[in-house]
Amino acid sequence: MFIRKLGALSVTGLRRTGRLGLFFVTTFFFAVTPPLKFSQLLKQIQFIGFQSALVIFLTGAFTGMVLGLQGFYTLNRFGSAALLGPMVALSLIKELGPVLSALMVTGRAGSAMTAEIGIMRITEQIDAIKLMGLNPFRYLVVPKFLAGIFALPLLTAIFNVVGIFGGYVIGVKLLGIGEGTYFGEMSNHVTVQDIVQGIYKSLSFGALIPWVCCYKGYYVGYGAEGVSKATTQAVVLSSVLILFWDYILTSALF
Amino acid sequence: MIQMENLHKSFQDLEVLKGVSLQVEKGEILALIGGSGHGKTVILKHVAGLMKPDRGRVYVNGKDVYKLRGDELEQLRSHLGFLFQSGALFSSLNVFDNVAFPLREKTRLGEREIREKVINVLEQVGLSGAEDKYPAQISGGMIKRTALARSLVRNPEIMLFDEPTTGLDPVIAHIILDLIKSVHKDLGFTGIIVSHELSRVFQIVQKVAMLHEGLILFVGTPEEIMVSRDPVVRQFVTEALRIPSSAMRSFDREEKPRGKE
Ligand SMILES: Nc1ncnc2c1ncn2[C@@H]1O[C@H](COP(=O)(O)OP(=O)(O)O)[C@@H](O)[C@H]1O
Ligand SMILES: [Mg+2]
Repeated sequence: MFIRKLGALSVTGLRRTGRLGLFFVTTFFFAVTPPLKFSQLLKQIQFIGFQSALVIFLTGAFTGMVLGLQGFYTLNRFGSAALLGPMVALSLIKELGPVLSALMVTGRAGSAMTAEIGIMRITEQIDAIKLMGLNPFRYLVVPKFLAGIFALPLLTAIFNVVGIFGGYVIGVKLLGIGEGTYFGEMSNHVTVQDIVQGIYKSLSFGALIPWVCCYKGYYVGYGAEGVSKATTQAVVLSSVLILFWDYILTSALF
Repeated sequence: MIQMENLHKSFQDLEVLKGVSLQVEKGEILALIGGSGHGKTVILKHVAGLMKPDRGRVYVNGKDVYKLRGDELEQLRSHLGFLFQSGALFSSLNVFDNVAFPLREKTRLGEREIREKVINVLEQVGLSGAEDKYPAQISGGMIKRTALARSLVRNPEIMLFDEPTTGLDPVIAHIILDLIKSVHKDLGFTGIIVSHELSRVFQIVQKVAMLHEGLILFVGTPEEIMVSRDPVVRQFVTEALRIPSSAMRSFDREEKPRGKE
C-alpha cells in the first residue's frame, strides 16, 4: 500500500517535471519564432521594472551597507580593511546582486504573473484566446519571458550599483576608509570576467522566474482557491530553483 | 453540423461524461439542459476542441475536431463562437476593445470597418454608450452581453452558448434570448445553448437534450420533453418551469408506481 502510494507519487512528480520542461521548450520555441507581440513585451518590461525597482533599490542599499559593516570588521581582524571595496563589489556582482534581485523580483513580479495567468485560466480567458485562433503562449507567456530576460540584468545592475554605494557610505563615510582606497582597490580586483559571470546568472534567473511563475499560473488548479495556492507554490519553487541554479552555475562554470 | 460519439471524460477520480452521443443538424439549435455540475460546460468545451475526450469523437461540419492540426483547427474555430459561462472578457481591455479584439487579431479589416461593426453589434445587445467601460466596472448582465457581442461579431456558423442568461434579471435574460433568436433567424447558425430558462429557450430551439449524471437521458423536441414519462426528466423540467410543487406532487403519486413496474 505504502509502496504503491510512493510509486503513484513519483509518477505524478515525473509527469509534472516533464510538463514543466515542456512548458519551457514551448515558450522558448514561440519566443524565437515570429511574430512577437511587441506592445505586450514593452508593457511587461515596464511592469516588471515598475513592480520591482523600489524594492530592488532598498534591498540593494541595505545589503551593501551590511556588507560594508560586516566586511570591515572581518577584514580589520586580518589587517586588510583596505580591501573592503573589492570585497563588497565582488560579493555583490558575483553572488548577492543576481540572487537577491531574482528573489525580490520573484516575490513582486513573479507572484503577480502567476496570479494574472491563473485568473485568466479560471475565468476562461485563456480558453477564449485559444478559441479566437490565437496562441496563449505568444500573448501571455512569451512577453513575460523575454521581459524577464531583459529586465533582470538591469535590475541587478541597479542593485549592484546601489549596494556598492551603500558599502561606500558605511566604509568610507562612517568607518573612515579612504575614498580612493575603496574605489581604487575595487577597480584593481574586479575583473571583466566577474561581471560577465554575474550577468550570466541574472540572465538565467530572468528566464527562470517567468518560466516557473507562468507555468504555475497556466496549470492552476480548478476553482478559485487554486490561484492563491499556485501563487505561493510559484514563489517557493522559483526561489528554490534560483538558489539551486545559482549553486550549479557557480560550481560548474567558475 | 455537430456530432458527438460516445464521449468519455474524467477528471482525476471524477467521471463526468460516461458516453455522450449527441447530434445537432445544420441550422438547428439544441438546448442542453441538466442539473448543475453534470457536465454541460464540459460537453461544450469538447465541441470547441478545448478539452480532449478520454474516449469518443467529436465531429464539427464532418471534421474530427481531435484530428485537426494547427491551421485546420484555427480555420474551424474562426467559424465558431463561444459564449462562456463567466463571459471570459479580457479584464485589461474595455468593452469596445474586447469586442474588437477578434476582428483586430484575426481579420484584415481596417480600423474604420471594425469600429462600424463593433458599434453595430454593441447596439444590438443594448450596450451603446458602455464602450469605454472595463469589465470590472460593469454588471454581470453587461458582461454577458459584451461577451455575446464578442462571440457574434465574426458571424459564426457554429455558436455555443453556455448559460447566457443565468444570474441575470428576467428582463435582460429575455433581451438576450430574443437576440439569439433573431440572430439565428438572420444568420442561421448551428448551435447549442445551455440554459435553465426553459420556457423561453424552448421557443428558440428545435431540439432538447437532457444530460444527467454524464449521460444523455433524453433527446427530442421541446413538445416531446414536456410529455416525457421519465421521472427524472419530468421532475427536472417541472421544477425548471416552476410549476407549483403541490401540483407536481399529486401528479407524481399517480405516475410513479407505473414507472417502477
Ligand atoms: N478542468 C476541470 N478540472 C477538474 N474538474 C472539472 C474541470 N472542469 C469541470 N470539472 C468538473 O466536472 C463536473 C462538470 O462540470 P461542468 O461541465 O462545469 O458542469 P455544468 O453542467 O454545471 O456546466 C463538475 O463536477 C466539475 O467540478
Ligand atoms: Mg457549466
